[in-house]
Amino acid sequence: MDTFIQQIINGLVLGSIYALVALGYTMVYGILGLINFAHGEVVMIGALTALTVIKLLADSGLPGTLVVLIGMLAAIPVCMALGFTIERVAYRPLRNAPRLAPLITAIGVSIVLQQLAMIFWGRNYHAFPPILPTTGRDIGGAHITDLQIVIVLLAAAIMAGLMLLVNKTRLGRAMRATAENPQIAGLMGVNINVIISATFLIGSALAAVAGVMVSANYSIAHYHMGFILGLKAFTAAVLGGIGNLPGAMLGGVLLGLIESLGAGYIGDLTGGFLGSHYQDVFAFFVLILVLVFRPSGLMGEKVAERA
Amino acid sequence: MLEVRDLHVSYGNISAVKGVSFDVAAGEMVCLIGANGAGKTTTLKALARLLPAQGAIHYRGHSILHRPAHALIGEGLTLVPEGRGVFARLTVAENLDMGAYCRRDRAEIAADLDRVYGLLPRLKERADQLAGTLSGGEQQMLAIGRALMSRPKLLLLDEPSMGLAPIMVQKVFEVIQSVAAQGVTILLVEQNARLALSVASRGYVMESGTITLSDTGPALLANPKVREAYLGE
Ligand SMILES: Nc1ncnc2c1ncn2[C@@H]1O[C@H](COP(=O)(O)OP(=O)(O)OP(=O)(O)O)[C@@H](O)[C@H]1O
Ligand SMILES: [Mg+2]
Repeated sequence: MDTFIQQIINGLVLGSIYALVALGYTMVYGILGLINFAHGEVVMIGALTALTVIKLLADSGLPGTLVVLIGMLAAIPVCMALGFTIERVAYRPLRNAPRLAPLITAIGVSIVLQQLAMIFWGRNYHAFPPILPTTGRDIGGAHITDLQIVIVLLAAAIMAGLMLLVNKTRLGRAMRATAENPQIAGLMGVNINVIISATFLIGSALAAVAGVMVSANYSIAHYHMGFILGLKAFTAAVLGGIGNLPGAMLGGVLLGLIESLGAGYIGDLTGGFLGSHYQDVFAFFVLILVLVFRPSGLMGEKVAERA
Repeated sequence: MLEVRDLHVSYGNISAVKGVSFDVAAGEMVCLIGANGAGKTTTLKALARLLPAQGAIHYRGHSILHRPAHALIGEGLTLVPEGRGVFARLTVAENLDMGAYCRRDRAEIAADLDRVYGLLPRLKERADQLAGTLSGGEQQMLAIGRALMSRPKLLLLDEPSMGLAPIMVQKVFEVIQSVAAQGVTILLVEQNARLALSVASRGYVMESGTITLSDTGPALLANPKVREAYLGE
């Protein structure tokens, strides 16, 4: 097997998932200037909700792909309701508070959600039932499963749809206007609260899809999966330039590639001293490098702004 | 059209507007002049519901004191804020679309867009350019054009001449006068007292949070106190 091509494939799959989650961070940051640290937990709740439905239907005789689709369609509204509620209950009352207050609240919400998930779903790892086809194809000595192809294509389609929404629709225009200057957007008749809620709803729907993708791809889900995944997606958003949507997508894919290639070669590079389970190191290494050398990220703020 | 009675606005415990009363009748162009820090912007922001205020504000017969800011543009009350407030990262065309955000009458919006482009041809040339790349004068034109896209009945203009070269000031005022000629009621805040008083039918003079003088434009232009304090004579 060709390690390089295989790691590129794995990186693209992982990167597509990071990108979907990173979009949720970056959209909320763009509009509220807030890092919604609870976003990773929304992904986790999406994964576990879907998995619960999938397990219920696993022996129903329905085709596996359909069962997973139903699980995803169940997780999406649950996550949207959750994201909407988080904003209303935890962030909106702090809209005019000093920036540190909503940040601490976000961490608090994250802990609460994790504990609730632990109470509800238990401490155990939940295995994804083996109901999806395991077929795949070989490319240049590497292997890609049909599931991985679907993950990449679905993520790409969702992101294309999001870009259309943001750039071509009335809602998207209002979101961009609000991100730039909420007070003036309000003068134009935009109800800021509606736009903020819409942002949380959209970001949470993407999180639900990403949650199902991760658990299907790794065949596992658990109550603390949101923490590290959230941190990595946040890294991807920062890498691309937080607040910038194309940046989040680029950052996600790049981070996925860096991680996969890093994990693939770390053994060779360190003479076997470090193994591929050190994969997580790369994300945080990237985060530190970006914060030190280019805090505005790869695509952060290039527009000329005159008085 | 607009009746303001005993309006008080404060920032924390700093009181910036201390009981001002004035009227703007339908079809009028009224100006509010005063030195830096007199409270003009604060007054306009209170009218646009961007700042909490005490007193009475009646617009077209109804109190708007407790209306949310985003509800006013749909009722025809539109503020062109100090410093223009164009969306720098949106294109010129998108900025104009934002002005019509509350409207659903597509055909009429398209007609109004043609009208705005006719009035401000420079904007048409730059329709697809990001607003942040426009010159200051072009941005002011865009801010006015965007406000016109809402079909305002009462237009509040906060220092449209600020930071512009004399020739551009001239152009902006020509636009304002042609908007007024179409029947839009205008409340104009200006530092450039000479220009404002020469185009407005009536004027109010504001000093440290209160209105100290009110008269017709020509009478204020001839008033010795005004000439001394605001026209540099
Ligand atoms: N955000 C704020 N916080 C505290 N005080 C403020 C704030 N904005 C304005 N003020 C104060 O309120 C007073 C009135 O300010 P305002 O901006 O209304 O003046 P203005 O007449 O518009 O002046 P200019 O002609 O310079 O624009 C000033 O003394 C100013 O310092
Ligand atoms: Mg002012």
